[in-house]
Parts: sequence; structure tokens; C-alpha cells
Amino acid sequence: MASETTAMGPSAGASTRPSAGPGLVARLRRDAPWWVLPATVVTSLTTFSGYALWTALLGHDRWGPYLSPFYSPEIAAGRTRASSAIFVAGAPLLFRFTCYYYRKAYYRSFLLDPPACAVRDPHRTYSGETSFPTVLNNLHRYVWWLVAIVVSFLWLDVFRAFFGTGADSGHIWLGVGTGVMLGNVVLLTAYSASCHSFRHMVGGHVDCFSCVRFGKARYQAWRGVTLLNIRHPMWAWVSMFSVWGTDIYLRMLQAGWFLDPHIRF
Amino acid sequence: MEVRVFRGVPGGEQGEVAYDVPPVEGMVVLDAIHHIQKHLQTDLACRWNCKAAKCGSCSAEINGTPRLMCKTRIDELPEGPVTVRPLAAFPLIKDLVTDVSWNYEVNKKIPPFTAAEGDRGPWRIQEVDIDRLYEFRRCIECFLCQDVCHILRNHDMRDRFYGPRFFVRVAGLEMHPKDVLNRVEQTRAEGGLGLCNITKCCTEVCPEHIHITDNAIIPLKERNADAHWDPINFVRRKLRRDSGGGAATRGLDEEPAGGPPR
Ligand code: SF4
Ligand code: SF4
Ligand code: FES
Ligand code: FES
Repeated sequence: MASETTAMGPSAGASTRPSAGPGLVARLRRDAPWWVLPATVVTSLTTFSGYALWTALLGHDRWGPYLSPFYSPEIAAGRTRASSAIFVAGAPLLFRFTCYYYRKAYYRSFLLDPPACAVRDPHRTYSGETSFPTVLNNLHRYVWWLVAIVVSFLWLDVFRAFFGTGADSGHIWLGVGTGVMLGNVVLLTAYSASCHSFRHMVGGHVDCFSCVRFGKARYQAWRGVTLLNIRHPMWAWVSMFSVWGTDIYLRMLQAGWFLDPHIRF
Repeated sequence: MEVRVFRGVPGGEQGEVAYDVPPVEGMVVLDAIHHIQKHLQTDLACRWNCKAAKCGSCSAEINGTPRLMCKTRIDELPEGPVTVRPLAAFPLIKDLVTDVSWNYEVNKKIPPFTAAEGDRGPWRIQEVDIDRLYEFRRCIECFLCQDVCHILRNHDMRDRFYGPRFFVRVAGLEMHPKDVLNRVEQTRAEGGLGLCNITKCCTEVCPEHIHITDNAIIPLKERNADAHWDPINFVRRKLRRDSGGGAATRGLDEEPAGGPPR
């Protein structure tokens, strides 16, 4: 079959410089609607941030033995719940903001840097993570420690939800709410334990495991974190939705929409 | 089946030419290109070698995505014409062939594997110390990752950015239990490690499924953070140096003592 010439036109440029290479003129990926992912990320993260702000300003109290993850630890005792949420939201928000996975998500979806692979990014200049403020993402490892403290308090909250607080203590409370809180803290633990910086801390920085003290244990720890790390984006998303879901559940209990099904003994 | 192939030379006419290629079951894009070369356009330029996804020569952009032509089955592509274009990040030579020699220049800048002075082996290396490195050795130097990286592709920053393929190489050397050089500072200052915004396109296109971002670039960024963003490490290093107990790490300004070239 004879060939048919289409779209032949003047050269993109006589230069042999790489930027004059073919394909820089106009190209769009045809294999998938590349904009679906950025659009989903923008919608989810914007809605979550809006909700987090709203819930932080609104504030709410405990429901029975339950406490929303947005208000733990209760470091602003004596002030309003809203102020408590504003204080404690900082660490998890910074954690997610500096997380390697969320960085990918917002660079691609919010900053279009690039919007998708092999899709041209619209910026004329580029500095990546070499200038302020993105260079501060290098501090992610410190935020990890702050979040480790917050997650420890969330475990304490689950413990207190099981075993009651104040006048209620001495009983074991097994309710849907305790399950929701437990699920949430498990997912948050998986998210923070699968962190790239944590992976580096537990053993990633070691070049020769058999040459260092506790090398075998460090290798095992690194392997364990690596197994979790493979699914880090999944943990990032499900833990975000579990925080959200836990707060919504407790809010519905507070509004009296239904009673938390539970056994108390 | 319509296959639209980019044709042209620098400074000359450039554009896509549509060819009608009879589909064959199990056909890959390289088969279609071979059919065109044999029956329709004998002067069509294309680089290939193994047809087994192992030599890394047949890199091209298929329907706008950087892929190996010999590993892309036609029946996996969406309905409609198949577009084949050369790598967008490198200078065009002719048709589907680009000049990727810049990559070899970058490669030369990275100090090769260097064992400690007097430590010539043979070595018995524990599996736990080496198993991270197998993945990096799978690289076939197809440069698809270099092509897709927006820092090279869109911003043309090759004067200050090595690109993902070479971060893989540096990571493989840095994590080697017997290597004593430290290339992290060079990779930051000269290789533009901080320019990478970990958007993972390199990982998405790698035909060898190397987790370039997670296993090479992020660990290098963390090692860079150890060096520049960690005051505890800074004090620890200072104390160790003051007490004369520094690690046996050779400086980059020293001549490497030899070793395998890659
Ligand atoms: S992750 Fe970094 S090196 Fe890889 S394509 Fe993206 S910017 Fe380039
Ligand atoms: S890292 Fe992967 S994509 Fe990059 S050159 Fe090697 S094999 Fe090709
Ligand atoms: S990398 Fe995502 S939490 Fe650290
Ligand atoms: S021909 Fe060797 S990788 Fe395709």
C-alpha cells in the first residue's frame, strides 16, 4: 500500500539543540484522559482542606467516650474545642503537605508541574525543590516525629474509648464508634509507618547492614517499612478519608441522628 | 490499520506520514515499523537491536507516551491510528532516531565504583547488603525516563540536571556496601537532585519497572537531607571528625581507584 503524506509542514526549527527536537511543537497524550487524575486530586484535597478548616473553627465536644481525631490531643483544655483543633491540626497538615506522595499530587494537580507525564507543563521557569518554600520539604523527617506524638495520643483515645473515661471508667465499651476510631488510628499508623523519611531513618541510610550494630534487626525493620511503603499512596488516601469519616460519624452521633450501637460490660 | 510515523530531519520538512499496515496477531509497534521499512518506505530511519526489550534502542513516543517499540503490542493500544514519534527531549537525527549522546557525557561525570584503598577483594557480600541493588542493575539505558522528565523535556535544564537514569546509577553506587565514595553532594550541586519534584513520570515509563523515584531519588534526597538539613547529624559528624573517627570516605576531588565502569 502506498504511503500517504499528511501533516508535513515546515520544520520546527533548524537548530539541533534538544529543545528544537521533534514533538515539542504540540503534543498531547492520546492513550488516556490524563486530566482525570489531577481533577480528582484537586477536588478531594480542596474539599478535605475546606472540611478541616470548617471543623477546626466550629469545634465540637466528646460524644460519650469518643473524641474526634481533629481534636486530639486535647492540648487546649480550658479553651474552646476550636482552638484545640487549630493547635493540633498543624502537625498532621504539615506532615501531609511535606509528604513525598502528596508533594507529587499537588505539584502535578495544583501546580501543573507537569499536569501529567509527557504533557507539557505551562511554566516558563522552574526551580523544583531548590527554592523557598518547597525547599523546606526537606524538613519532612522532623514533622514525622511531631505526627508520631499525635498518633500516640490517638491510640490513647482509642484505649480510653474502650475502657471509658471519668465516671464511665471501669467498664469496657464496644461500639461502632470504637471500631471506627480503631480503624482510623490503624490506618494513620500505617500511613506514618510507611513514610519515606521513616524508611530512611530505620535503615535506608545504612549501606552495609552486616557491618553495623543491630544490622540484622535494622534490615528487618527496613524491609517491613518497605513493604508498607510500596502502598504509601494508598495509606495516604485511606487515612485521610478515615479521619474525615471518623469526624463525620461522631458529628452525626452528636446531632442525635442515631445512637451508637454498642455493648457495655 | 493506520500507523502515523514522524518523518523528517533537522532543518528540513518534518511531519507525520500515515501508512496502512496489515495487522497481525501479537504484533508490536516495531513490527509495524519493520513492515513500513520493508514494503512502504525503505529509507525510514529507526534504531533497534534486540526486539526483546533488553537493548534499550527502540525508544519512541507511541501515542504520545514514551515506550519501547518492541514491547508495545498494537492490540493493547486504544482503537484508532497509532502515532509513532521520536523522543521529544533529544535532538533529532532523522525520523525516529534521536541523538542521545548527552546521556553518555553525564555518565562520565559520575565517579565509578571505588573500593577502599587496598581492599581489592575477592569479597563475600551478604545478601542483605546487596539485595537493594539488583533493581538498579536492571537498567537497559533506554532513556525513556530522561525523555519523559519534564525538567529535561520542557525546561531543557541539561546543564544542571543529570536526570533520573543517573540518579539510579548514583543510588546503586551510594548503597553499595563496598563503595567508599560519597556522590550525594555532587548529585545535589551539579546533578540537580533538588530540581526533581518527585512527580514519578520516570517511574511510570520505565520498561524495567525500576522504582526510580521511591527507591533511588527519594533515598538520595533523604541522604542529602542528612547532610544539609539535619543538625543532629551535623553535630554527630563534627564530633566524629574532631575525635578523628571519620568514616573512610574519599573526597570527590581524589582520583578514583578504578573498578567496574558502571
Ligand atoms: S520524579 Fe523527578 S526525575 Fe523523575 S520524572 Fe519526575 S521530576 Fe523527573
Ligand atoms: S531507569 Fe528505566 S527508563 Fe530509565 S534508562 Fe533505565 S531502564 Fe530506561
Ligand atoms: S513520605 Fe508520605 S508521610 Fe512521609
Ligand atoms: S529493540 Fe532492544 S529494546 Fe527494543
